Amino acid sequence: MTDITADPGSAPLGPAAGGAVAVVVTTQRMAPARWRLLLRRPTFLVGAGILLFWVVCAIFGHLFAPFNPLAQQLLSSNTAPSGTHWFGTDPLGRDVLSRVIVGARDILVITPLATVLGTILGTALGLAMGYFGGVLDLVAGRIVEAVLALPAVIISFLFIVALGPSITTLVIVIGFIFTPLIARTVRAAVLTERHLDYLSAARLLGENPARVMFAEILPNVMPAILVEFTVRLGYAVFAIATLSFLGFGVQPPTPDWGSDIAANYSGLLAGYWWQTLFPALAIASLVTAVNLITDSIEQVLNA
Amino acid sequence: MAMFLLRRLGLMILTLWIVSLIVFFAGQILPGDPGRAILGPFAAKSSVDALDTQLGVNRPLLTRYLSWIGGLFHGDFGTSYTYRAAVEPFVRAALINSVKLALLAFVIVVPLGIIGGVIAALYAGRAVDRIISVTGLSLATVPEFVSGIVLIVIFGVELKVLPVTASAGAGAGDLSQFRHLILPAIPLVFVLFGYIARMARAGTIEALNSDYARTAVLKGLPQTTVIRRHILRNSLLPTITVIATQTGYLIGGLVVVETLFNYQGIGNLIFKAAQAKDFAMLEAGVLVIGVVYVLATLAADLLLIALNPRLRIGASHD
Repeated sequence: MTDITADPGSAPLGPAAGGAVAVVVTTQRMAPARWRLLLRRPTFLVGAGILLFWVVCAIFGHLFAPFNPLAQQLLSSNTAPSGTHWFGTDPLGRDVLSRVIVGARDILVITPLATVLGTILGTALGLAMGYFGGVLDLVAGRIVEAVLALPAVIISFLFIVALGPSITTLVIVIGFIFTPLIARTVRAAVLTERHLDYLSAARLLGENPARVMFAEILPNVMPAILVEFTVRLGYAVFAIATLSFLGFGVQPPTPDWGSDIAANYSGLLAGYWWQTLFPALAIASLVTAVNLITDSIEQVLNA
Repeated sequence: MAMFLLRRLGLMILTLWIVSLIVFFAGQILPGDPGRAILGPFAAKSSVDALDTQLGVNRPLLTRYLSWIGGLFHGDFGTSYTYRAAVEPFVRAALINSVKLALLAFVIVVPLGIIGGVIAALYAGRAVDRIISVTGLSLATVPEFVSGIVLIVIFGVELKVLPVTASAGAGAGDLSQFRHLILPAIPLVFVLFGYIARMARAGTIEALNSDYARTAVLKGLPQTTVIRRHILRNSLLPTITVIATQTGYLIGGLVVVETLFNYQGIGNLIFKAAQAKDFAMLEAGVLVIGVVYVLATLAADLLLIALNPRLRIGASHD
């Protein structure tokens, strides 16, 4: 009973973290049959469909966007949605639809990379904390607590101001912020495994710690890691969009939902709602898609 | 019990010390040359050196860390580069403003979230449950800057019923200040509602399935008594922890909301300091947030112990 608040269900990072509530229940093997169950869940199919749509936009968007997202046509600035410009144009006469389509790119590059980085580092750290325990666990546990004490957006500010905003900086900063959070979940999952027979057997066979951790424990805590990964992915979208909105993420003139909203929301007072509404819907749909996927994976694993 | 408290306080101080190391590392070591970072790549070498000397960043790292930490204990948070004045009064004023906004958001969201979660649990699996859970999840997925903008358009621009800036201005009465804070508080409520409701729902369902709940029903207590005396008292314990940990998240949300509604709080202070590369201000703001979060979790732990005798006994064996 060192710290009551360090319960694995209470990820303090708000919205997308909601999915973390039931993480540690999942120690079952991921049988192929389980994955087929996933394909029968409408929530999963809807989420995966929306995500796939944005992935296609991110990769091939520049090929099918009706206009060049950077092309300015100052004569047709701030025009309302019409047959030519379905989503209207922004103050520089750029096509909002094209910017929304191509704007999927940076956020869909940064968020998976950052989440993968955080998951790899966090898994390694969590395995070591849970397996070795002792001083390592105590020291790493304190660092985890300290990072938790600072909201992701604010700790990102600190590092991005020091390093300058770029895609690499964002990936590294978000990845490092996620590391302790993921480590905490993995550690909790490892602790439930630690006293099981297969581990005693592995130890008695004289297997080295690295092999026990990565070959024996890792496959068994994989479901927990997978759920944590999708939860973090949703939160990464939220965080990157927020950072871009505040001017510390993707930099203009690169099309990006968050920074486009920041550039245009003052136009709302003049009634130019389309410049803000469509990027906002794009962000909301992407976060919702990731959450739907998270939710269905969780339900299938706990079924 | 005393041992537990001592241990808990010791861990808290350790956590705060690590927070200070992170802030010092990010604010003072990573930028390399703060003078260059502030003045930009085209400034003359001599003026960069002069600024570095003025900021005291050309001293050895350990000296800098010790004098920074020593200053903190004397209430000296450093000197703002932007304002050429001590940081502390700015941080203090901003913190007070943020506490007002955060308190309002909590006063709205905590009862709403708990009531929503308990109702969802009582009707688990039925339409009411679905509506509450899906609404909570959907509201939580919308970033504050999106919901904030929508609220500004609806209530501020179209209906013109509420002010779109958070500050009522100097000399405004409490009531007027309160009116200005309603709109900024709502995006925070949106994001937190789903999470609190979800925890309250999970706790209530667990309590409903327990033996003591079944016994209470079977011995013929009316349903309202069972819920009030047996279910709620047990189901709300985990929710308290969640509310405390959400404080940290709430502060992250404050950055966006305070910037959007132009409110002079701690989030806005950090945002402006980050834009101006005012490292002293930025470090002080981030550190204050770390302290607030750590104190909030401590308060939640103490509250839990006060409310739950089982933890008191468990704690004394710790």
